[in-house]
Amino acid sequence: MRKYLLKRVFYMILTLFLVATITFFLMKLMPGTPYSNQQKMTAQQIQIMNEQYGLNKPMWLQYLIYLGGMLHGDFGVSFQFSNQPVSYLIASRIGASAQLGFQAMIFGVVLGIIIGAVAAVHRNTWVDTLCTILSIIGKSVPNFVLAVLLQFYIALKLGWFPIADWGGFSYTVLPTIALGVGPLAETARFIRTGMVDVLNSDYIELAKAKGLSRYGIVYHHALRNSLIPLVTLIGPYTVALMTGSMVIENIFSIPGIGEQFVKSILTNDYPTIMGVTMLFSAGLVAVILITDIIYGIIDPRIRLSGSGD
Amino acid sequence: MEEKIKLSPESFEALPKAEELDNEKIAAPSLTFVQDAWRRLKMNKGALISLFVIILMMVVAFGSTPFINHDSLVKSAPQYANLPAKIPGVPINGFNGKLKVSGEWVDEYKQNNVPSNKYFVLGTDYLGHSLAQRIIYGTKISLIVALVATFFDLTLGVAYGITSGWRGGRVDNIMQRIIEVISSIPSLVIVVLMLVVLKPGMTSIIAAIAISSWTTMARMIRAETLQLKSQEYVLAARTLGETPWKIAWKHLVPNLSSIIIIQTMYTIPTAIFFEAFLSFIGIGISSPQTSLGVLLNDGQKNFQFLPYQMWYPAIVLCILMIAFNLLGDGLRDAFDPKTRR
Repeated sequence: MRKYLLKRVFYMILTLFLVATITFFLMKLMPGTPYSNQQKMTAQQIQIMNEQYGLNKPMWLQYLIYLGGMLHGDFGVSFQFSNQPVSYLIASRIGASAQLGFQAMIFGVVLGIIIGAVAAVHRNTWVDTLCTILSIIGKSVPNFVLAVLLQFYIALKLGWFPIADWGGFSYTVLPTIALGVGPLAETARFIRTGMVDVLNSDYIELAKAKGLSRYGIVYHHALRNSLIPLVTLIGPYTVALMTGSMVIENIFSIPGIGEQFVKSILTNDYPTIMGVTMLFSAGLVAVILITDIIYGIIDPRIRLSGSGD
Repeated sequence: MEEKIKLSPESFEALPKAEELDNEKIAAPSLTFVQDAWRRLKMNKGALISLFVIILMMVVAFGSTPFINHDSLVKSAPQYANLPAKIPGVPINGFNGKLKVSGEWVDEYKQNNVPSNKYFVLGTDYLGHSLAQRIIYGTKISLIVALVATFFDLTLGVAYGITSGWRGGRVDNIMQRIIEVISSIPSLVIVVLMLVVLKPGMTSIIAAIAISSWTTMARMIRAETLQLKSQEYVLAARTLGETPWKIAWKHLVPNLSSIIIIQTMYTIPTAIFFEAFLSFIGIGISSPQTSLGVLLNDGQKNFQFLPYQMWYPAIVLCILMIAFNLLGDGLRDAFDPKTRR
């Protein structure tokens, strides 16, 4: 176990190092300058600005400074927001994104489990068909289309929820739904497939023969056993939520990381792009590692590869 | 101990001769792998309808090339701007040139003095372009992006997977570690970085999607190749001195075809989604070039007053996605009846 963990952590650091390196050199290749009106600036002004942001140093030195700074959480200063450190920008915005992502994950997974379980229990009836159709639609309708529709018809027309911005819980409802529908559809399909398998197995037959109630069978035997593989989906869900947050936060004007990321791309704000890239990568790598460990703990049949040899 | 059962020949009854012979006969014609899969796919109504929808959309999108080109689409006609849909002979509000303006249906065509013989089946956008033409053209661009990206993803993934699985040992180990590292970078990050560095446009989107999505394919192909490698026919081919190239092409690829087809069917909708997503947030394809994502982005700006401008491209995009997803599910069931639920 310990050897396995060390190996995984090593790969994790390697991945992050690669991402940092690739990002850094790609950013240097980027077209455009960070200054919005460079034509109007004198050569001297540009030089002063370059010195201030460390852009006059040789590339390798910039790279080392960048790597060194990152080790203690310093991602440089944003070009877009004057003199604001990127780490501060990220720190002040991560709360909204994290809350939204967490809520969407809970919403999608919990509702997905319920829908998938109901579909599996009522297999090959109209309930099952309805659930399958819903999950196909949920998987196929892009979340940003759904977000615009929700925003217009539920927030603007019906006025049930605030249209945009970030305040209390009511502001989070629509973005959460829009973000969570993807994971919901995926979970429902996954749980249904898993449960149909489990419901056909011998131990369910035995449980029925023992005279357990239908609820008892579904809850204690079928659902629990089909929940375990769901852990493996947390990684892909995290990716989906990160991707989704970029566009959902934009539509609902939520001051989060995704919105910041889009803004920084459109304004050539290199340090912020690099900072958010590193944050996303680190987040995903950590989530994958944690889910692998959890999976090994809750399902003893899974032997972590590398722990045996 | 042993009890003798007395049996007389009378207790038995001879079967009629004909029936006996019938038992040995195989009634169903023998089917090849593809025929068998096609037979199963035909039973799946959803997948079949999806297949026809996809073929129809492709024919319309690519068949429009002589009629709708980029030059005619960038020409704006401000006098026809923001007209709603009008189909002659359809008196339903919303399709007769009327638009709901503060609760009342107003004939926009009359108000803007549009000649009575001029009409737009799906209305026009803010520059007076026919929305129907733009949607068909945009669908074509979206499909091209998705298909080309999937093609590269497929070639790269299959080649990598087969090489890794076939060579095995140290090479395999290194190649798998590389995949492990690449796949733990969010594909979003790869796509965004590629788009930031390359000039936004079709080529960079295709490259970005292809680069970020081949790892899944490579992994599945490798796992299957490892199994196929130990099959007798591969061993026979090796013993006869076939080159690895020929074995891969003649024995491995045909046997991997079901995985390749299924995985491709799931990659295409992902690519369509990614293209629309990137164009929607403004870092993908941008005006005057058109794609479904661009149309959605344009439509979203006027959604409050001219909802049809977003609804139509959104419906087309959703139908396309649903069709590909359903066909993917159908193909998976058809090629691999074991996983059928």
